[in-house]
Amino acid sequence: MLDSIIFYFFAGVAVLSAALMVTRRNAIHSAVFLITTLLATAGIFLQLRAEFLFITQIILYVGGIMVLFIFVIMLVRLDAPIHQLRFRMQRLVAILVAAALGMEVTVILLLAHKLPGGGLLIQGSAPADRLPPNSEELAKSLFSNYLLPFEIASILLLVAMVGAVVMAKNRRRTDEP
Amino acid sequence: MNPTAQALLHFLQTWWVELVCAVVIVAIVPLIAGYVVLVERKLMADMQARLGPMRVGPHGLLQPIADAVKLLIKEDLVPRDADGLIFWFAPVITMVAALTAMGALYFGPAFRVAQDINIGILFVIGVSSLGFLGIILGGWASNSHYSIIGAIRSTAQLVSYEAAGGIAIVSALLLAGTLRIPDIVAAQFDSHVWFIFLAPVGFFIFMVASIAETNRAPFDLPEAESELVAGYMTEYSGFRWSLYFLGEYANMIVVASVATTLFLGGWLRPFPNIHWLRWLDLLPALFLGFVGVYCIYRAGKQPVKIQTGFMWAVALACFGLAAVFIAPWIIAPLRFALPGLNGAFWFLFKVSAYIYVFMWLRFTLPRYRFDQLMHLGWYILIPLAIINVFSVGLALLLESEFGLNRWFTMIVTTAFTLAISLFLVRMHDKRTAAASSAAAVPSDSYAG
Repeated sequence: MLDSIIFYFFAGVAVLSAALMVTRRNAIHSAVFLITTLLATAGIFLQLRAEFLFITQIILYVGGIMVLFIFVIMLVRLDAPIHQLRFRMQRLVAILVAAALGMEVTVILLLAHKLPGGGLLIQGSAPADRLPPNSEELAKSLFSNYLLPFEIASILLLVAMVGAVVMAKNRRRTDEP
Repeated sequence: MNPTAQALLHFLQTWWVELVCAVVIVAIVPLIAGYVVLVERKLMADMQARLGPMRVGPHGLLQPIADAVKLLIKEDLVPRDADGLIFWFAPVITMVAALTAMGALYFGPAFRVAQDINIGILFVIGVSSLGFLGIILGGWASNSHYSIIGAIRSTAQLVSYEAAGGIAIVSALLLAGTLRIPDIVAAQFDSHVWFIFLAPVGFFIFMVASIAETNRAPFDLPEAESELVAGYMTEYSGFRWSLYFLGEYANMIVVASVATTLFLGGWLRPFPNIHWLRWLDLLPALFLGFVGVYCIYRAGKQPVKIQTGFMWAVALACFGLAAVFIAPWIIAPLRFALPGLNGAFWFLFKVSAYIYVFMWLRFTLPRYRFDQLMHLGWYILIPLAIINVFSVGLALLLESEFGLNRWFTMIVTTAFTLAISLFLVRMHDKRTAAASSAAAVPSDSYAG
C-alpha cells in the first residue's frame, strides 16, 4: 500500500512537471520543472531499492548537468535568436512520436491488466536488508562482466572532453589575433 | 479500525525513533547556527582586538535569540520585477537541502535519523550540493544585476570545486572500502589511525573545496559584500534572508560532519584502540565540568546582577550535562548509553573544531580574485586530487600485492603527490608570469 502511494506520488510529480517543463515560455522555469522531473524519477529509483542509481541521478543530473543548463541559460539570451533556429518539421515529428508513445502506453496498460492487483498496485518489494548492497554489486559487474563496455564508454567521454577543450581553445585563438 | 489508520499506526510504530530524531535536528539546527554566528562574531572581535556583542545577555550570550526575533518581525520585501514563485521558493531549497543531507549523517553511533543507508556519504554530499540551486535561482529571480552576478559566480565556483572535493573524497573511500557511514568509521577503528594521517593531501583538498562549497571567505565571491553588496542575497530581507543564512550554516555543519566522518575518525575518541588510554572516555564529563567551573568563576565578575545569575544558570546547565555523561559510569544499568553519549561528544567536538578552523581562515585570508579562484580550482586542485586518488590506489595495491608496510607505502605516495603539486604550482607561476608580461590580453574570468 505504502509502496503504491509513494510510486504514484513520484510518478505523478514526474509526469506533471514534465508537461509543465514543455509548456513554460520562460527557460528558467522550464529548467526548474526539469529538475523536479529528475528528482521525482530519482525518488522512483529509490523506491525500487536502487539507491546507487538514485544518488547518481541526483549528483550527476541535478547537481551537475542541470547546474550547467541554468548557467548557460543565465549567460546566453535565449529569447532573441530562437525563431531562426526553430526546427521546421517539429509539428509532424511531434505528432508521430506522440502517437507511438500513446500506442505503447495503451499496450502496456492492456497487458498490465493481467497482472495480480490489476497492475495498478505495487506488490511489496523485498526489504532493503535482504538485498545485496547495491553499489558493491554494481561495481562488481561493472568491473568484471562489463569491463570492456565500461572502458569504451570512458574513452568516449574522454574524447568528448578533449574535443570540447580543443574547440574552446580554437575559438580563443581566432578571438585574439 | 480502518486499514488506512492501521497502516499509519504501523508506520509510526516502525519509524518513531527516526521521526523524533528528525524533529530534534530541524528544531535544534537553527539554534546551533545562531550560536555559531555568535562564536564567529566573538572570534572576529578577538582577532581585531574588540569585544564583539556584549549587550544582550552576559558576553552577548542571548544575542542569537535577539537576532532571530529581529529577523522574524522584519518587513519581508519582494522586488516588483522579481519572479514571484521562484523568489519565494529559492531560500527554501537551500535550507531543505542542507537539513535533508543532515538526515543521513551519524552524530555519534546512536544518534542518527536514517538507519543504515548503503550509500550514506554519497547521499550527504549529493543532497547538500542541491542547496546551490537555491542560490542560483534566488539570484536569478531577484532580477537585479548584483544578484545575478553573485549567482553566476556561485555556479562557476560550485562546478569547479565540487569536482575537486568529490575526487578528494575518493581517497578516503578507497581506504575505507565502503560508502556506509558506520563502516567508514569502523574501518578507521580497524586501521588504528584516522584517515587524515593516511591521506593528508586528500583531506587538504577536501577542506579547501568545502570552504568554497559553503561560500565562505576566502572564497565568498558569490556574496562578496565589498563588490556585490550582498551577491545573491541582495534583494532578500527578513525571514527569507535568514533561511539562506540558516542554510549556509547548516551546510557548514554538513561539510564539517563529512570531513569528520571521512578523515577525522568520526565519533571515535583519540587513540580508540589503546586500552590504557580508556580514561579518555571520562574527558567529555571533565571538559563540561571545567566549563561550568569557569562560568562560576566569571559569574562573580559580571557588572550586572542579572548577568551573574545567568552565568550561574549556564554553569548549572554544564554541570547537568556533565552529570549526564558521568551517570553511566556510576549506574550500571545505564552503561549501554555510554558509547552513544561519548560518540556524540567526540563527533560534535571534531565538527566544532573544523568549523573553528573555517573561522580562522575567514579572518586571516583576504578574498580571492575570481580568476585566481578558477585557476586554483582547475589548474591545481583538480589535477592534484586525481593524482592523489592514483597515489592512494597505488599504495593500497603495493600493500596488498607485495606485502609492504602500509605506513611506508603511504609516505612514499604522499611524497610523490606533494612533488607533483610543487611542479603544478611552479607551472602555474610560470603561466601567470607569462600572462602578466603580455598584459594586453583582455582577461576573461569565466574562461577557466
